[in-house]
Amino acid sequence: MDKPNLNYINSLSGNDDVFKQTIINILKKELPKEIGEYYVQMDSSCFLKAAEIIHKIKHKISIMGMEKSYYLVEEFECSLKNQSADFNAELKVAFDQILCTMQDFADSL
Amino acid sequence: MNCIVIDDEALARTIISKMITSHPALNFIDEFENAMEAIKFLNQSTVPIDIIFLDIHMPGFTGFDFIQTIKNPPLVILITSDRNFAIEAFEYKCIVDYLVKPITEERFLKAISKIEAKKNTLPSYLERADVHVAQPTDTATEFYVNIDRRLIKINMASINVIEAKGDYILIKTEDKNYTVHSTLKKIEDKLPVSSFLKVHRTYIINIKKIIDIEDNSVLIAKDVIPVSRSNRPELMKRLNML
Repeated sequence: MDKPNLNYINSLSGNDDVFKQTIINILKKELPKEIGEYYVQMDSSCFLKAAEIIHKIKHKISIMGMEKSYYLVEEFECSLKNQSADFNAELKVAFDQILCTMQDFADSL
Repeated sequence: MNCIVIDDEALARTIISKMITSHPALNFIDEFENAMEAIKFLNQSTVPIDIIFLDIHMPGFTGFDFIQTIKNPPLVILITSDRNFAIEAFEYKCIVDYLVKPITEERFLKAISKIEAKKNTLPSYLERADVHVAQPTDTATEFYVNIDRRLIKINMASINVIEAKGDYILIKTEDKNYTVHSTLKKIEDKLPVSSFLKVHRTYIINIKKIIDIEDNSVLIAKDVIPVSRSNRPELMKRLNML
């Protein structure tokens, strides 16, 4: 799995440390909420809603520079949009790992 | 160019807002986390909006729903997380470009260049105002005017007087005045003949709002409206005289 990084945020912020911190703060605030919401929807078998949350998380994945993970998550999102429990279980496991990695990274900021 | 941002993600809104405020030709006006809030803003704001940065994928009401809802939308730059973005965007002539998240400054600047090019080639695109009436005149009780690309509902019964002012008309209602790019003839055709009468070359009045008539003028609210000699007989005929 690719490791998260701050390359995009650094490039966007330049010398603007206040803006950089604003972005990080939003990331730290939104990510755990979205992860929690994702698990609630999955536990309720609301796959379409889970896919919508994954769509939001995808942006954060790309902000964290996790290029390979992005495509995997996109595939998982598509499989959930079918609103069926027949989604790819391997993708779910991989996505859960990605979420852990992202959260650990956000916590370290 | 005045800009607003519509995106359900705070992160995306913050990033785009920063790019807008850093650009010398752009003026950041506001940001909205859903399309409904933006529609409300567009209906109430007096600030003309030139560009909307619009997220496509929003729960409940998508960016495309938004575009279809507003009449004469300003220029739109779509924002999307879908890298395999559908060509659907270009079915709408207001959409100039789309940006894939995460948005880079370089790509943002390119989109703004496209906006500037479009504005230069289509100077009439950002028309300030027009009139839209949705229902047949005799049954309609209201109509919509497009002012700075916002559709504002005007209840016909609330109109006191309409005055021609060059290429515009001034619609005076009980509580507000509206300047609309239209002609007196155009709006006259839309108003119910039972209530409205053209009393002068430049005035249409709501007969029901007349307070008094003196010589060749009528008093409506605080306005004294001239009545031309040729229109006076018709006015007198319409009044419920004792």
